[in-house]
Amino acid sequence: MSYSLALRRDTLSKFSEFEKREPIQTKTETGDLLFNSSPKTVTKGINIVSFKSVIKLYPLATGDFYALKGIDLDIPTGSIFGIIGRSGAGKSSLLRTINRLEKPSSGQVFVGGIDIGGLNEVDLVKLRRRIGMIFQHFNLLSAKTVFENVALPLQVAGVPKADIQQRVSELLALVGLQDKHHTFPKRLSGGQKQRVGIARALATNPEILLCDEATSALDPETTQSILQLLRDINRQLGITIILITHEMSVIREIADQVVVLEQGEVAECGLVWKIFGNPQHEATKALLAPLQHHLPDDLQDRLQTTPPISGPYQQILQLSYNGENQLEPDLLRISQYFQGSSLLHGGVDRIQGHAHGRLLLAVDSNIALPDFKQLTQGNQAIAHHIEVLGYVAGTFHSR
Amino acid sequence: MSLALSIPADRYWQALFDTLAMVGVSGAIAFVAGIPLAILLVVTAPQGFLASPRLNRVIGSLVNGFRATPFIVLLVALIPLTRLLVGTSIGVWAAIVPLAISATPFFARIAEVSLREVDAGLIEAAQAMGCKKWDIIRHVYLPEALPSIIGGFTITLVALISSSAMAGAVGAGGLGDLAIRYGYQRFDTQVMVLVIVMLIVLVTLVQFIGDRYVRWLKER
Ligand SMILES: Nc1ncnc2c1ncn2[C@@H]1O[C@H](COP(=O)(O)OP(=O)(O)OP(=O)(O)O)[C@@H](O)[C@H]1O
Ligand SMILES: [Mg+2]
Repeated sequence: MSYSLALRRDTLSKFSEFEKREPIQTKTETGDLLFNSSPKTVTKGINIVSFKSVIKLYPLATGDFYALKGIDLDIPTGSIFGIIGRSGAGKSSLLRTINRLEKPSSGQVFVGGIDIGGLNEVDLVKLRRRIGMIFQHFNLLSAKTVFENVALPLQVAGVPKADIQQRVSELLALVGLQDKHHTFPKRLSGGQKQRVGIARALATNPEILLCDEATSALDPETTQSILQLLRDINRQLGITIILITHEMSVIREIADQVVVLEQGEVAECGLVWKIFGNPQHEATKALLAPLQHHLPDDLQDRLQTTPPISGPYQQILQLSYNGENQLEPDLLRISQYFQGSSLLHGGVDRIQGHAHGRLLLAVDSNIALPDFKQLTQGNQAIAHHIEVLGYVAGTFHSR
Repeated sequence: MSLALSIPADRYWQALFDTLAMVGVSGAIAFVAGIPLAILLVVTAPQGFLASPRLNRVIGSLVNGFRATPFIVLLVALIPLTRLLVGTSIGVWAAIVPLAISATPFFARIAEVSLREVDAGLIEAAQAMGCKKWDIIRHVYLPEALPSIIGGFTITLVALISSSAMAGAVGAGGLGDLAIRYGYQRFDTQVMVLVIVMLIVLVTLVQFIGDRYVRWLKER
């Protein structure tokens, strides 16, 4: 199932107009907070969420277990922020402290500059209405229709019926489900369910959207359409999106910044292209391994560490790119240095406009290799790193 | 039908009506009283959002106490209360008091299990969207558990049909009373067989309607 981009952009802009219109007047205390504020004006400051020494421990029979061991982290307003890490690293625990589904054992969480640790019951409900959340298993109410599911956050906030009707229709149009108002969730596909989840999360016009493995239960194509929707939501509505995922490709495609958690601690944090291009921590490297273009097995088997004593052979070179200095694989210049070489394997991804990846070249033994240092430094560089992986007897062309 | 009835047909109708009245009224009371009890049991449980171990234990013990007492004992033990409530200890209305009191904790426990089975993720989603406690009960717990609660209520009604037969001991009337008075004490096999058939039909009907309703709820 695919939705035409044009249609969605159209409904999105319609939706944005709806946002800018006169605020819906509601009599309830909670309702006022909801609609008088547009997302961009409520929160001042560059970081919409800040963690200060956040510790979370779960008391277990075997002793206290520290799921978070003092997290310090800032999440910029308006960004798409990824949280990655191995299973059990504490990703969900961290995310859930933002809307206080999880209460930190110590430390502070600031949302929009306010320490949410001190909120009372009523204020906590108000806070949660400013933070939408979507889940891996969608968590839609099976006894309610699509319409009723999306309407629920508004209904419990005391928004008048007529306004709910209009708002829900807009939201369902936004996520491309305008024809499913009266369908029960059971009859929807996974992708459609997540769209309902997103519509529901956006109902109260939040500033932040939390996504805990929101695409993990979806097939690749559906994942793409959900990611596109999330990107649109971020760009066009200015909603900060904080997402947990096990799919590095998701981070690569939509995140601006990423934090890597490892055993309850921040392993590293920064711009996605930097972290992905030059992972420092062992955990990050392990997570990114599936994205690497590994040496094909047949090549691996033929690879020798020293050149064969006799006969022609091929020198296998690896040129890597980590996104720094806007350096791109320039094929013309590469071939100038390695004449008659062939491109064996590899690939380049673009992350936030930075080329990432590696190329494997087979260079004939009769070509002398130049000094790699020159080729990897300054503005004459053809790659960030060049190394000889090994040697293969014979030629590749003769096969 | 050329069957010659040994007792007037009216007797059967009256007995059926009495049974339906006893089961219907006490069932309704059990439903209305059992659901809040079940909700209290769930939300005051250690993992519940109104965790209160003390209250939970008090309600739990009360429920267990009534459930542990055999209905026939309850029937006699509750006579003073019955007198207080309905002014007499004999008849359909008098039987409804112990029936309701025994069915309520029975149903409460069943409904508690149903509520407990509601996916914790749904409760979480509701909290995340800004639902208050009452909203969660009303919009999540009850509607999501409804099919299972109805299934449990069907079981409660069937159990009530069987308990109501015992209520004949306080002269409540009903099908059970008829079977004992004529079938057992006067060796009238015809009454016995007919009553059993009527009970089977009644139970089957209740179960059928309950199942149908549950299926309808689930298949929406
Ligand atoms: N309620 C709880 N009680 C005890 N331990 C818990 C609880 N919730 C989480 N943990 C533990 O805390 C650690 C971090 O859990 P968390 O769910 O945050 O991990 P995660 O990074 O989200 O993992 P995954 O990728 O598998 O979802 C895990 O080791 C987990 O077993
Ligand atoms: Mg998790």
